[in-house]
Amino acid sequence: MSHPTRRQVLHGSAAALAGAALAAPVAFADTATARPADGHRRLAGHGHSGGHEMPEPFDEMYQGRHIEGWPADEGGSENGGHGDHHAGPASPHEGMDFVVRIDNDDLHVMRNADGTWISLVNHYETFTTPRALARAAVRELQGADLVPVVTG
Amino acid sequence: MAVRKNQADLTATEKRNFVDAVLELKRTGRYDEFISTHNAFIIGDTDDGERTGHRSPSFLPWHRRFLLQFEQALQSITPSVMLPYWDWTADRTPRSSLWADDFLGGDGRSGDGRVNSGPFAFGNGNWPMNIRVDGRTFLRRSLGTGVRELPTRAEVDRVLAMTVYDAAPWNSSSDGFRNNIEGWRGPNLHNRVHVWVGGQMTTGASPNDPVFWLHHCFIDKLWAEWQRMHPKSGYLPTGNTPDVVDLHDTMKPWNDVTPADLLDHTKFYDYA
Repeated sequence: MSHPTRRQVLHGSAAALAGAALAAPVAFADTATARPADGHRRLAGHGHSGGHEMPEPFDEMYQGRHIEGWPADEGGSENGGHGDHHAGPASPHEGMDFVVRIDNDDLHVMRNADGTWISLVNHYETFTTPRALARAAVRELQGADLVPVVTG
Repeated sequence: MAVRKNQADLTATEKRNFVDAVLELKRTGRYDEFISTHNAFIIGDTDDGERTGHRSPSFLPWHRRFLLQFEQALQSITPSVMLPYWDWTADRTPRSSLWADDFLGGDGRSGDGRVNSGPFAFGNGNWPMNIRVDGRTFLRRSLGTGVRELPTRAEVDRVLAMTVYDAAPWNSSSDGFRNNIEGWRGPNLHNRVHVWVGGQMTTGASPNDPVFWLHHCFIDKLWAEWQRMHPKSGYLPTGNTPDVVDLHDTMKPWNDVTPADLLDHTKFYDYA
């Protein structure tokens, strides 16, 4: 792939966001496991942040796969722009709070009201962080590649 | 009255008719339309946005309508076919007749989880994974690996004892019968069974495994049992709830049916 600029731009802004979060008074105490926020705070939350702190970006090799994740843009200015190699009927990031990729392919993820996460690969069990979800997907995939989401 | 039976009680002919009708829907492409629909709702249903098929009060009536539509499609092939249900509190091991070669076929093999026996085995060529989330084109299972135990009858009874159908905020964090049977709260019934089967059943494209229909048929039966136990407890909410299907709101994708239309299953079928 000779056009990874979009991802790099996104990743850069995600890193900047993470820096801002770390500088804030309610920064994550443990950068390895972004804790799900206190469930009661969702009542005060609004928008699709739901009152929960956004987990940190991550980028690592896990069981031979490159997994990475970063908070999706809040404003939607990148609408439809991510993963242009995935042009299709459904934008894989539509309505998503957090982008997760395995070997540069998008994994659709979703945050639950209690701050836990699920993915399209493991849709009926919850994970405390997107990183844990990505690792579970790698184990489930057993080396297979993700394919673009088909929703008919 | 058409009767949906426990899969354990099906005759050899009933099993064959069911399997043959499923394979015929697959061959004509109609089966995959059901997978696409389910996958679209799995992705579109969110806790803080519009939600219809899952994580919401309409989880139960939506799947009731979805199963009815699938059952009618099967009956367009063979009119006598009814959906069977899988009581996973009773038939709770990979040795159940459910997983025999004359019905759904067995567990996936170690290594890659590929199902190599029964009518849906990859080698037969009749069961391609056209709507999928990853590159693998064969049906997979890993019975009892993702989670060791299926729910017990005692756990089901705990959930059936809940008197309130559903509660605000009408999503995966709700108290009440619906969210406890769906499994985001409590002993985890419906969700856990998807995980126990493994393979495609853990994904948004879970109807790729025909056991999807038998699992949801039992969930549907449990809803009927709950209604009989709590005749004064109705579907909730009943009006003016943003993003949520109220009692008299129409449901996507059909747009011509409401939860109220689907509360009484005896209009369509009975359970043995």
